[in-house]
Amino acid sequence: MTTWTEVCALEDIDDEDVIRFDHEGHSYAVYRYEDKVYATDGLCTHEKVHLCDGLVMEHVIECPKHNGRFDIRDGRALGAPVCVNLKTYPAKVEGGTVFIQA
Amino acid sequence: MPTAETPRYAGPNWARTQDDYHLISGAGERAQAAGLVNANWYKCPVPRPRMKQLMVREDARAIRDTVLWYALIIAAGAALVATWGTAWAWLAFFVYATLYTGPADSRWHEAGHGTAFKTRWMNEVLYQAACFQVLRRPSVWKWSHARHHTDTLVTGRDPEVAVPLPTDFVGLLLNLFSIKSGPRELWRVLRNACGILGEEEKTFVPEMEWPKMVKEARAWVAIYAVLIASAIYFASWLPLVLFGLLPVMGGTWLYTFFGLTQHAGLPENVLDHRKNCRTVYMNPVFRFLYWNMNYHVEHHMFPMVPFHALPQLHETIKDDCPPPYQSTVEAYREIIPALFKQAKDPHYYVVRPLPAAPLSAP
Repeated sequence: MTTWTEVCALEDIDDEDVIRFDHEGHSYAVYRYEDKVYATDGLCTHEKVHLCDGLVMEHVIECPKHNGRFDIRDGRALGAPVCVNLKTYPAKVEGGTVFIQA
Repeated sequence: MPTAETPRYAGPNWARTQDDYHLISGAGERAQAAGLVNANWYKCPVPRPRMKQLMVREDARAIRDTVLWYALIIAAGAALVATWGTAWAWLAFFVYATLYTGPADSRWHEAGHGTAFKTRWMNEVLYQAACFQVLRRPSVWKWSHARHHTDTLVTGRDPEVAVPLPTDFVGLLLNLFSIKSGPRELWRVLRNACGILGEEEKTFVPEMEWPKMVKEARAWVAIYAVLIASAIYFASWLPLVLFGLLPVMGGTWLYTFFGLTQHAGLPENVLDHRKNCRTVYMNPVFRFLYWNMNYHVEHHMFPMVPFHALPQLHETIKDDCPPPYQSTVEAYREIIPALFKQAKDPHYYVVRPLPAAPLSAP
């Protein structure tokens, strides 16, 4: 059975931005772009830096420490210095609230 | 928090030699044990909306500055060609080399961070060109810089410590004109082109990037082969004076002059960039040549902020930082005596005054 965990109100995430969401000892990054939401692991696979401090440019999150880039839709690492993909989680908006499958 | 001052790290019997800086069998294990590796660094509080504004990228300023830079290089190159064979050529070469290599360091740096332009291919083109002009292998130095940001001035971890201690003045002077570092880097290019990679480089360049190192090195060998062949064909040193190692040797002094202000004399093995970096106010000409890297505390703390937004970032966090140096003269009035002291006592470092209490987080 799939469990959806409530994250926040959609308006709490600016468009083309990211927030940190911690749940049951795990850190996630939740993104919003053009009113769609996405969720990945919250730490960069390179040096475990929080992606919530990074830069979202359309569907790309860039790590704030070394500019490692990932596609937020499927977690693909897009080039050096990141080589390992990010794990992604289903995310949805219902009634103005963001949910992820944590 | 472990610092250079803690006996747990420094220890009473730590003789501190330049061998400590080796990435293999240097002081890296000691740093790891002291919790200094890939650690959490102090960050000045900046509200997220403000940080997003500061991180915005654009193409216009970098395009303007790059066009201007290359216009200056071309003009200086034309003067060199015009004076070739006369005594004036020496001066023309000095000016040309200074413009060819001096600003290439800051362009390598900014484009390497991906923050020079908003458009990625423009970053990549500038990065590759700047790497050639400053004689830094593109992949190796991208990863060495990533390590420098992760473990800034952590002894035995940071591959980019400008002045390993105790201070080696002869080495510093030689590197002012890339007399040691230039040929050494070219030798490494040749080795990489033959598929031989340095053991220390393998510690910070991921294995999946090693083939790229070999490819890049072969491209550079091809370029140098064309330059040498041109020189032989035209029976002239001019191609080698305009491109490659020789202008690098003539122009390194400028970025060294700027670059020593970044960290020289400041403590190693601390986890606060306000302690181990300098922000130095510079005039507009210097800031064009150095692309605002004089805001070095700001840059290390928030490397996502592009060069053109660093002055605004400085204004945002300056109350939570040590006072900036008012000029390069003021910075060097501190650096030169510090380097002399560190030649005799490598445990010495300059202590920067921090604000009395941290600002509250947003």
